[in-house]
Amino acid sequence: MEIALNQPAPLFKRLTWFDWLFAAIVAGGLLFALSRYGEFMDIYEKAILLAAIPSLAAFGWFWKPFRVLFIAVGALSLVAIGQYDGDLGRMEQAFLLKYLISSQAAIMWMCALFLLATVTYWAGLLARSDFLNRTGTAMVWVAVTLGFVGLMVRWYESYLIGPDVGHIPVSNLYEVFVLFCLITSMMYLYYEARYQARQLGGFVLIIISAAVGFILWYTFDRGAHEIQPLVPALKSWWMKLHVPANFVGYGAFSIAAMLGVAYLLSARGILASRLPKPEVIDDIMYKAIAIGFAFFTIATILGAMWAAEAWGGYWSWDPKETWALIVWLNYAAWLHIRLVKGLRGPMLAWWAVVGLFVTTFAFIGVNMFLSGLHSYGEL
Amino acid sequence: MNTATASFGKSLFELLSSMRFAISLLSILAIASIIGTVLKQAEPYNNYVIQLGPYWFQVFEKLGLYDVYHAAWFLVILTFLVASVSVCIWRNAPNFAREMKSFREQVSEQSLAAFKHKHEAVTAHSPESLAAQAEAYLTGQGYAVKRVARDDGLLLAAKAGKWNRLGYFLAHAAIVLICIGGLMDGNLVFKAQQLLGMKKIETRDIPQSEVPAISRLSPDNPSFRGSVQIPEGSSADVAFLNVADGYLVQDLPFTVALKQFRIEHYSTGQPKSFESDLEIFDRSGKKIREATIAVNHPLIHDGIAIYQASFADGGTKLSLRGWNLFASQAATFEVDGVVHQNTTLTSAAGDYTLEFTDFRPFNIENVGGEIDTGRDAMAVLGGSPVSDNKHLRNVGPSFQYKLRDARGQAREYSNYMLPMQLDDRWYMMSGVRETPNEAFRYLRMPLDASGSLDSFMRLRGALMNPDLRPEIAARFARQALPENAWNTEIEDKLKFSASQVLALFATGGFQALSGFIEARVPEAERDKAAETYLRILELSAFEALQIANRLDKQPPPAANDATGWLVRDTLNSLSDMFVYGAPIYLQLMQYDEVKASGLQLTRSPGKSVVYFGSLLLTLGVFFMFYVRERRVWIRIKPGHALLAMSAAKHTLDFDKEFAQHAQALDTLAK
Ligand code: HEM
Repeated sequence: MEIALNQPAPLFKRLTWFDWLFAAIVAGGLLFALSRYGEFMDIYEKAILLAAIPSLAAFGWFWKPFRVLFIAVGALSLVAIGQYDGDLGRMEQAFLLKYLISSQAAIMWMCALFLLATVTYWAGLLARSDFLNRTGTAMVWVAVTLGFVGLMVRWYESYLIGPDVGHIPVSNLYEVFVLFCLITSMMYLYYEARYQARQLGGFVLIIISAAVGFILWYTFDRGAHEIQPLVPALKSWWMKLHVPANFVGYGAFSIAAMLGVAYLLSARGILASRLPKPEVIDDIMYKAIAIGFAFFTIATILGAMWAAEAWGGYWSWDPKETWALIVWLNYAAWLHIRLVKGLRGPMLAWWAVVGLFVTTFAFIGVNMFLSGLHSYGEL
Repeated sequence: MNTATASFGKSLFELLSSMRFAISLLSILAIASIIGTVLKQAEPYNNYVIQLGPYWFQVFEKLGLYDVYHAAWFLVILTFLVASVSVCIWRNAPNFAREMKSFREQVSEQSLAAFKHKHEAVTAHSPESLAAQAEAYLTGQGYAVKRVARDDGLLLAAKAGKWNRLGYFLAHAAIVLICIGGLMDGNLVFKAQQLLGMKKIETRDIPQSEVPAISRLSPDNPSFRGSVQIPEGSSADVAFLNVADGYLVQDLPFTVALKQFRIEHYSTGQPKSFESDLEIFDRSGKKIREATIAVNHPLIHDGIAIYQASFADGGTKLSLRGWNLFASQAATFEVDGVVHQNTTLTSAAGDYTLEFTDFRPFNIENVGGEIDTGRDAMAVLGGSPVSDNKHLRNVGPSFQYKLRDARGQAREYSNYMLPMQLDDRWYMMSGVRETPNEAFRYLRMPLDASGSLDSFMRLRGALMNPDLRPEIAARFARQALPENAWNTEIEDKLKFSASQVLALFATGGFQALSGFIEARVPEAERDKAAETYLRILELSAFEALQIANRLDKQPPPAANDATGWLVRDTLNSLSDMFVYGAPIYLQLMQYDEVKASGLQLTRSPGKSVVYFGSLLLTLGVFFMFYVRERRVWIRIKPGHALLAMSAAKHTLDFDKEFAQHAQALDTLAK
């Protein structure tokens, strides 16, 4: 009877052996990293690393596919590190590194797979082919895996360039664009599975493809993929928290905007029969904006605390800060509009779409057009 | 209170607490915030005048657009937001608090039957046994359940997720807290004092000690954010606060001294760290503390946080050698200077003021070469992330100065101390520009085989010297003509041409020559004439170098490529001198560097309030999003059960959960 009633069992009874194995791997892996690389970390960074153990384990228990992703990324990264064996020159000699899992190769594969997945999802949507949609999903999974491998290996490579050059790869526009692609697609994968909504892949992947386009342009035209040492202002453990939190926000808002487009098209009868029901799209949009808003709040607070330590004031009305506030206010307004009867539906979808422009401006527009204290990337 | 004010108060209350008003406020605040990111804030007022013109400058100033975020109208919007949130909390508090406690067990059967989410089941179980099972089920699902007896059966009233409501209080109260904290760190007190005439902004450029009390803030000032620059070996007991078009002096409760400022560099030359070794003395001069601060690692003393904010030159001593560029001799003179100080230069052309503005011990320059992305097959995969910085090079020290003439016109110069190699030859470089937004244009002066400027200066002097011209022209003509043409008319003509070319060149460089050609030579023959003149000039210059060396008792120049280039480069350089804008060139011979560290000092009592508010905000937001508030009622009568469900927010999760409960009821009722 209990099963029929869907009664939740206590957490620890619900965990399988694989869950425990995963947690053990996370703990083992991170503790090993601590013992091996601890000398490069300050006390805060060690604390962050230790706190990551329960967080990652809990995240894997909450979202099961993450366990496989984590193990795959870890294993491939270790293979890459083994192949390097402390010698950067191996990048051009070792076959695996040269063509697959050196940071740059892995990231380029990620880019290619995202573009392919976009096409596949759209073909799946138009042909109503579940097979194609599933293929799209598989491609995104592989892309995410390789993207994370790319970042992990890049982290290692940066230390090979020089122990004082090494740093976590979230410090310039190139790296955060990769991070953006990864976080956005992971969030999408979660919603896709949860809502059985593979038809939305084509929409979300458009924004990821745009980011991929930027990465490629930035790489080939500007050589932005080169690892540069950190400017003094960025040498802080705050960066490890502030930047990823921000990108959960940016990613979630982008997803919401693309779902807004899907919603509006469907409301006009375009692709309506192929897309999930409007309520479903609306619900995912709300979920995305909620998580985005929560993380953006945290990111802004962390940013303020970092600013207090680096610039001598938690709020300086620097353009980047101010635009973060504008983005935040925009989505606060969105959340309240949703609470007013009669303003929901297309109005909210439009607002989410416009929100993407606000977000994009805060993300790169500020770096392009305005000057300020934020120094991680100028175009 | 009469009814009119009462109803006004009521509608104000309604307005402030209405959601549409809240949405409008959030949007207006967002839009207003944009202004300050588009128009650069807190620039010197002169920049605005230049940018906007005098009329719009005044309009913008009236609107407070140079410091938007402290403008009165901006504060009014913020105040409205705080008022709106407060009224909103005030209005919702009683309801929400009641809701958190209440099970709403008074609900009538009719109203349950009118619920959108309801489900009925027939049952053979007795009301008590079904109720016991259902209660166990709901408890298992995380609900708090209250059982109430009703005349013909009973009612289970269940609720879950009351923290959602708590989240509402936390998040919205946090907004108020954060705004209050921000206000505490703002400049409201000063603004009030300014309005009452108790404080005044200082706009004059005078020594700090002469700033009158009306523009000084006491050490007890509860909140400030100022900055100060301290040269190595000096100290400061004040900070400066930039306000509008002036500043205020903030007296500190202690004295900060800078022992040393250090910059470390990566191997590629980019800066790696900025550090200051500080000493803190109390007012009586007793040393209380020593500390090293760096970017991201401030020192907190006496509630005042001291940050590494910037660095600058702190008055480096410069020993310079000067050349008079238009003199006929290569004689030099010595000048001593200190960065941030002025020196007067007296010359035949009038007096000049030399204003030394900066000194840089390192200059990392990109010396040639494009970025090549990817070299081989790797290019397909994006190339290597290992940057080759082979084009980046430290080209050594440089110093900057302004040369101001008697009329007050100034140009800015930037001279490198060490020669630079360009196209395989070595030059001394001196940059010039008229305004700070321009890039420097460089005068390149060639070095001779012994690596000095002597040959260049000697040749320059000879070419500037009208007395030498007949001899130069004569030697040139003899060299150019076969012996049988000597002492003929052709030689005279050639001599005349050479003298003319040399004279023209000495008054205006190539520009003068081409002007002359354009004026005198028909268009079709200009190219040819130019070529001829150039040839004459180069050969004459070579003769001039011979003469100059002889006069200076130097060995004659070798007749080789290097000399050829020296002559050509000298001519180019000489020609550029006419647009260089200064009659002298200053070469840096020696320096004694003194650095200065820019510190930021802040006292912000609101910080902890803001941080506490931030914590509440985060908690509140998570509670509101991730604790779902919902209620379930199960009305059980003999043979029949009615399940109804409600929530403040309807999401798909809610529908799913309702379906699950309905199914559970069916199972239990069976
Ligand atoms: C910067 C300002 C504000 C922020 C960041 C903020 C944030 C939020 C958030 C995140 C929610 C939850 C929305 C959801 O669960 O979907 C919420 C709900 C709400 N807010 Fe605000 N809010 C702000 C200002 C206001 C103002 C000015 C009012 C008053 C008019 C207001 C009234 C409400 C109400 C009534 C709710 C619904 C609570 C509920 O039923 O659960 N908010 N707010």
